Order: sequence, then C-alpha cells, then structure tokens
Amino acid sequence: MTDILLLEGIDEPGLATIEGYERRGGYQALRKALRMPQADLVDQLKVSGLRGRGGAGFSMGMKASFLPQGDMQKYVVVNADESEPGTFKDRELMQKNPHQLIEGIVIAAYAVGATKSFIYIRGEYEHQADVLDAAIAEAYARGYLGESVLGSGVTCELHLHRGAGAYICGEETGLLDSLEGKRGNPRLKPPFPANQGLFQGPTLINNVETLSTVPHIVTMGAEEYARIGVQNSSGTKLVSVSGNVRRPGNYEIELGMRSRDIIYGLAGGPPEGRDVKLWFPGGSSSPVLTKDDLDLSYDFDTLAKAGTMLGSGAIIVVDDSNSVVDVCHKLAKFYAHESCGKCTPCREGTSWTVKMVGRIKDGTATPMDLDIMASVQDHIIGNCLCVLGDAMAMPVASMIAKFRGEFEAQIEAARERREQAFLTGVGA
Amino acid sequence: MTIDPSRIARFEHGSRIPGWDDAVDLEKDPAGVPDPASTPVPEDLRAEIEAQMARYPDRRSAAIPALYAVQRRYGWCSPEGVEQAACVMRVTPGYLTAVATFYDMLETRPVGRHALYVCTNISCSLCGADELLAALREEVDGDPDFNLRGFECLGACDIAPMASVNGQYVGPIALDEVPELVAQIRAGEPPLPAKQLERRPSADPKAAVHGGGAA
Repeated sequence: MTDILLLEGIDEPGLATIEGYERRGGYQALRKALRMPQADLVDQLKVSGLRGRGGAGFSMGMKASFLPQGDMQKYVVVNADESEPGTFKDRELMQKNPHQLIEGIVIAAYAVGATKSFIYIRGEYEHQADVLDAAIAEAYARGYLGESVLGSGVTCELHLHRGAGAYICGEETGLLDSLEGKRGNPRLKPPFPANQGLFQGPTLINNVETLSTVPHIVTMGAEEYARIGVQNSSGTKLVSVSGNVRRPGNYEIELGMRSRDIIYGLAGGPPEGRDVKLWFPGGSSSPVLTKDDLDLSYDFDTLAKAGTMLGSGAIIVVDDSNSVVDVCHKLAKFYAHESCGKCTPCREGTSWTVKMVGRIKDGTATPMDLDIMASVQDHIIGNCLCVLGDAMAMPVASMIAKFRGEFEAQIEAARERREQAFLTGVGA
Repeated sequence: MTIDPSRIARFEHGSRIPGWDDAVDLEKDPAGVPDPASTPVPEDLRAEIEAQMARYPDRRSAAIPALYAVQRRYGWCSPEGVEQAACVMRVTPGYLTAVATFYDMLETRPVGRHALYVCTNISCSLCGADELLAALREEVDGDPDFNLRGFECLGACDIAPMASVNGQYVGPIALDEVPELVAQIRAGEPPLPAKQLERRPSADPKAAVHGGGAA
C-alpha cells in the first residue's frame, strides 16, 4: 500500500518549476479532470473520503457539493494562513511543490464552477509567497490558468493574497473578511461560505494540503485512494512533529498509523533519558494526551473518541523536563493575543485565563483558582462566532483535568516561596 | 489595605488595541476621504496601489497590499502614508488605520529597518526560544536599526528555536551563534547561510531522492 503521495520526490531539484513538475507527470490529472463532467468530479471527491486537512476534518466532497449550481460568480479560496502552533506542513508543500497545489486548485475550481480563485497566504511566509507567485506566472504562461484552461473553454483566474500576521485569519470567515480588505473578524454562520462567502458569492474554502491531494485522487481514482488509510479516515496525511523530539519535521503517514510509531519511530522520540509527558495530537488547539495514549491509532475517529482531535496533524511533544503550568501559560497567552475581540467570552476568557495561570506561577493563586479556570473554559466553549476561544479552552481544560496534581503542587510551592520571602523580609 | 488606583493597569489585555490610551480630541470630526487636490501622492506609490486594486472585484481588498506598499516606502504605516493610500483607494484614513492596527506585521509606530521576529510559541519555547530572545535582546542592545520582537508561531517548528530575519527563516539558532547573526544583519549579509530554512531537506526519509533526508 502506498503511503507517499504529497511528499514524493519533494526534494528533487527543480520540482518547484513547471518543467520539473511536468517531468514528474504534473498537470496530467488536470487534463483527465477536464474530460470528466463536473458532477462526476464532485462525486469522485466524495467517494475518496478525503477529509479537510486544515483542522475541522470535514468531507471535502460534501463541502464542494454544497455550492449551488447555476450561472453565478463562484470562488475557490485556498487557506494558506497556516498559523496553528506546531503546524508547518503547508509551508513545505508550497515552497517545494507549488504546482501540485495549483493543479489541485484548477481541478477544484472546475468541479464547482468557480472562475476566480485566491490563495490567502500568511504574510510571514515571504519566501513561499514568492515561490507561488512565480509558479502562478508559469502556469498562466503554459495555459493551465487563464480564460481558457488548456483550450477547454474553462476559465480559472488565480491570485495570491498575502496576509499580514493574524492567527484568526486562518478561520474561514475571518479569512474572507481579511481578503475583502477588512479586519479579520469571523462572521456569524449560517450563512456558510458555500452559500455566501467571498464578496457574497458561493465560495469553496480548502486547506493547502487538501487541495494538493486532489490531483492524486484524480490520477489514481477515488476508490483506489479510499483504500489507503482506515475507515472514515482515508488517505495519507502530513504530520508535523515538533517540540521535544530528536528528528522534528514533516512526515507523510497513512492514516491509522500507531501514534507511538510516529513520535518514536519517525521523529525519534524525546531526547536521551527523557520521557513523553504530554502531547498535542493536532496542533495546540487539541486537548492534550499523555504517554498512556501513545498506542492510539492516528486517525480522525480514534482521536475524537479519545476526547481530542486530529486537527491540522501537528504533533507537539512535551517531555518530562517541562512544567505543565508553563506550557499552559504559553498556550493561553497565544490565544489571548490572537483573539480578535469580537465575542466577549473569548476576549475576556482568554485574558483571564492568562492572568490566572500567571497567578499560579507567581504564587498568588489558591486551589480554588483551578475550579474558576475550569469554569471559565466551560463558558467559552460553544458561545462564540468561531472556535478560537474553544481552541484555548479545550486544551487548558484537558491540562487541568489530567495534571491537576501538578497544578496544585505548583500553587503550594510558589505560595511557600512567597511566604518565606515575606517572613525573611519581616525578620530583617 | 488601601489600593492605589494609579497602580492598577487598565486595559492591560489590549494587545490588539494599540493607541487605546492615547489622547483623543472628541470635538474633532472624523477624517473623510482625502481630497486628491490637496493630497500629493508619489507616482510610484499610486501606481502600485492602483495595480493592486485592479486585481480584485472590490477595491477595498487591496487594503493590506496598499498598507504593505506604504510600509515599504516609509518604513511604517505613517499617518501621511496612510492618508495617501486612502486617497488612492477612496476610503477614509480611519478605515485603513483600523486594518493596520489589526495585523501584527503592519507597524503603526516607527520601527527599525531590520525586522527580526523570534518565534516564542510552544514548540520553539520547548527548545529554548525564550533564552534565544533574551540573548538577542542583549546583543542588539537597543540598537534603533532593529525591530526585534517575540512573535507568535511562525510555522517553522522543525527548526526551533528559530527567527525570521527580514522574512528569511533561520534556525535552529544556538545561543553562541547570536553575535554572529546580529553582526551579519548589521553588515547586510545573508543570515547564517547554513541554517536557512530554504536549504533544508525534508525530514521524511521516504521523500529523499538523492540521498537527502533528515539533517
């Protein structure tokens, strides 16, 4: 069974150029797709079982089928605002194989009848944006983009839009607002982007990895692709492993691989003499798991059953030399900084969590603070327009639940330190 | 215990609202769309912004590209620059200021010309990013030429701890390489060439074609 599609030959010199990509059989999938009726193509995407690789894991074929039929201006928007802490897979795909993504975009745009497409890339990825700009120009010159793609009469315009540093613009409606030139505040849903998205037109939004997979599905056939992986989690997935591991990096795996084999086998595990304390299975927004969970199968359903999520496929490993309180503080600070401020539970909840974890660190907290913190998380989840607040609340709540003893010990130790310092001051 | 009100930091959460505490003249009317007759705009800036506007169905989509153009020209989103961009785009300066203050990479205060962002998020801090930032702070030593700041996840956890040097990703940076790195930036040389992300092969052994593989 093949388990390498996206990263195949990724370091081959010249792959980022159109000649290099065509030499490897590039843009043949597009030719094949253009000969298929659009409805068949959407069906193929459904049959493949491909689930969105950006975080939510929603079926891509279903999403594509939600777009209304008919003659209207539709859009495809590529979410390349990869900002989830721990995630760096799209960066590698865009930098080293940009044409794979462009081919996927053209196929998806044809399938849903969109004539205009945008790639929204985060502003920090300057080199990757330059690579994509060059690749788009090449694709226009060869007729893969433009008014009549390969003479078929199908129009596909593609434009790269650079963001300017905001995590919230990775949220699909925040991204749309940002692309329309506003502050990147998420919108109320429904209406969903499939009905009213960019400039009020029906819009298909997908992650870079999802669209990069599309040419492979067309080439090998949806049934064949669906045979890779496990039930409800078909295909291969890039996992970005980072943190306390010996060989951090992107690895392409067949979904359903044992987590231990990814962390220890591929990434080399924690440094000598250290053990895994906790790990995030799908970016910093996913509830944490411990070393007891290392034998879980790495796929959407198993992780969901374990109370967490596969998310963007970013595994962050924290070894036992680190304090869980420090990790919690970093995490909460990140979300407090990135909260757009539109919804009160998220804006206030994130900043209060930072303050409370800060109190635990400096010794002014009481054990009751842990209960307050846990209740703040309860009040965030499900009460905002988007899931940014939930993305902090879920991992923080899971850390308190799983490492409560350590939080309490740290409160007590810090309190004693303060008391000692005070008594010394009084004595002097 | 009495509380001294002046010691309570108000709105300390406001990471996204710079200027919150600045004095505001409430009597003044908000600025309208600038009048082209009284707002001189440099020709190249105008051309660049107009070219961006032409790429979108709605001209306002060019807000971020226009502000980038202003920042490239003036070093930051200065009030004059924002007014010029607003004049070309036919929006109010307030509209563009609202956008500029939302995004981390658009500077609403004058900054040094060398952008040095150090990722201090989870993966990098597990690998010593906070120490790296402190060492860089010490080495840069308040040099106004530098715009050194801790940044949220830059999407390069595989080279942690890392920094973005004028857009160029470099890592992993060892603490003893800090003086060399800062000297290279000052001299305008490429930063730590051997550690640039662009040259790093994929970590996945299956992806290696010419005996590459993990570094």
